[in-house]
Amino acid sequence: MLDDKDRVFRNLYGLDDWGLNGARARGAWDGTKTILEKGRDWIVNEMKSSGQRGRGGAGFPTGLKWSFMPKQSDGRPHYLVVNADESEPGTCKDREIMRHDPHLLVEGCLFAGFAMGAHAAYIYVRGEFIRERQRLEAAVAQAYAAKLIGKNNVHDFDFDIYVHHGAGAYICGEETALLESLEGKKGMPRLKPPFPANVGLYGCPTTVNNVETIAQAPDILRRGAAWFSGIGRPNNTGTKLFCISGHVNRPCNVEEAMGIPLRELVEKHAGGVRGGWDNLLAVIPGGSSMPLVPAGPDQADTLLMDFDGCREKKSALGTAAVIVMDKSTDIVRAMARISYFYKHESCGQCTPCREGMGWMWRVLTRMAEGRAHKREIDMLMDVTQRIEGHTICAFGDGAAWPVQGLLRHFRPEIERRIDQYAANPHPEPVRVAAE
Amino acid sequence: MAVRRLAPAEVQPKSFAFTAENRAWAEQEIAKYPPGRQASAIIALLWRAQEQCGGWLPEAAIRAVGDRLGLAHIRALEVATFYTMFNLTPVGRTYVQLCGTTPCVLRGAEDLKAVCRRRIGDEQHVTSEGQFSWIEVECLGACVNAPVVQIGADYYEDLTAEGFEKILDAFAAGRTPKPGPQVDRQLSAPVGGPTTLKTFERT
Repeated sequence: MLDDKDRVFRNLYGLDDWGLNGARARGAWDGTKTILEKGRDWIVNEMKSSGQRGRGGAGFPTGLKWSFMPKQSDGRPHYLVVNADESEPGTCKDREIMRHDPHLLVEGCLFAGFAMGAHAAYIYVRGEFIRERQRLEAAVAQAYAAKLIGKNNVHDFDFDIYVHHGAGAYICGEETALLESLEGKKGMPRLKPPFPANVGLYGCPTTVNNVETIAQAPDILRRGAAWFSGIGRPNNTGTKLFCISGHVNRPCNVEEAMGIPLRELVEKHAGGVRGGWDNLLAVIPGGSSMPLVPAGPDQADTLLMDFDGCREKKSALGTAAVIVMDKSTDIVRAMARISYFYKHESCGQCTPCREGMGWMWRVLTRMAEGRAHKREIDMLMDVTQRIEGHTICAFGDGAAWPVQGLLRHFRPEIERRIDQYAANPHPEPVRVAAE
Repeated sequence: MAVRRLAPAEVQPKSFAFTAENRAWAEQEIAKYPPGRQASAIIALLWRAQEQCGGWLPEAAIRAVGDRLGLAHIRALEVATFYTMFNLTPVGRTYVQLCGTTPCVLRGAEDLKAVCRRRIGDEQHVTSEGQFSWIEVECLGACVNAPVVQIGADYYEDLTAEGFEKILDAFAAGRTPKPGPQVDRQLSAPVGGPTTLKTFERT
């Protein structure tokens, strides 16, 4: 188990003071200026050699992302944008950072902004997190009052942080949709290229990072890249916040080393699967966009919770939100509800997504009752593959993968329901496809 | 996509104007963005307008916000209809947003929905004295504390059907119950106490 001294989020559960004094006692804002004096290149290189990969889902190496920003400004300002639009079903980690350790994020913004020559940061908080936003705004105000940020601050690097909020659109967690929303438009993703590092917020070079990614930066820079890269496995370094929800005895958030076996994670911290490990049906290891991993000796039993470990099981780490489902779960209905989520949240810009989401949901809803033909299973798989990779943003992929995971692992269950329904048809007629 | 329409003309107020306090607040909000980029403040202003109107956004308010920011009315209408936290029809004073996404369903959100249907009625129905209305929302982002409802700015977590009824009782009696987990636990730590950070010295 990860040693307490190696934890970044030392006030994860809000037992300690969230404010500046508490944060300072926990080590934040200590020697910040000394680190900044080592220079922009040093910070970017340190982040690169720490091996930290983005904590928001895609897992892109942070240092590399920062290095994409132009070295010299061509007259346009640079922007740092922090993605706090946490809405992936299963995920509730950034919320804890914002309400219990906001200064990690504020200090991280300063480091990240300095490293990319940005004098302003916008933090985009999801609209529902009203209390969390108020807490973050209070922390930013404390940092201004203590002259840690702002004009003529003690770090000799003018830096402003603005807290912005959304109003309930999952798609705004996609980085270019977030930028559109921040500009005051509908949150519809942009075509890439140009990438935000060249043309981002207000047409200026911009980098978008997740809250957890930025909040880990001060510890990485203070303790050194070697400390961070010494935790976990190569290519999967450091610590990670895991959110364990669903059918476990004690659901919780916990910070652990990357690469921890799923079973150890669930049994040590979440009190085990309800009814024991053998009662496990399936687990979604990385938030609802990722394919499920069924129980079994070469599946969930041996799943290592990091980027490569999840990929070996044809899933992905995503946001490390572990949704556990035991054998009492109606798996088809559970996945149909996830499809409904994507139907509700599609921005409607690309036809395969706008039309496909509702189609997948309607077919899955019928399949949950057995009101389907077996040939429709292959048709559904085919449709997911026609959505995947054919949309402007990754939303289409993220909605197709969970359905593919279901069909890959639970096809016999769907066929069983179809047989059962065919043998004993319900008197009501099948509903018409259009909603 | 969700199809969202403005409320019918008979419930729409004729006009809208920010209060003096909200007007001053809007100035500060607009100042967060570079000159000429005042459109960025639209979500914040619409949100404040919704609060001023008792939890929903009349067409007059959307147009007024567009005017304040120098936007064509259609741009403001686009934003108001795109983002689902803007209520385009009136809601109850106690507005229950019930999370119905899979992690909450696994922990009993369907039971909470049944309570809402029985006590309040159909989704988006406002009770006769204007006290309650409810809606099923997508993931609220508190999944380890599922099932969750949001009432006003606060989350009520780790609910059971009985516990949820008590919360609704309290609101009906004009009280605001304590938000957060409704079982004995420290926020998102496991029930029974944290498994980590035990050797950490607190300030």
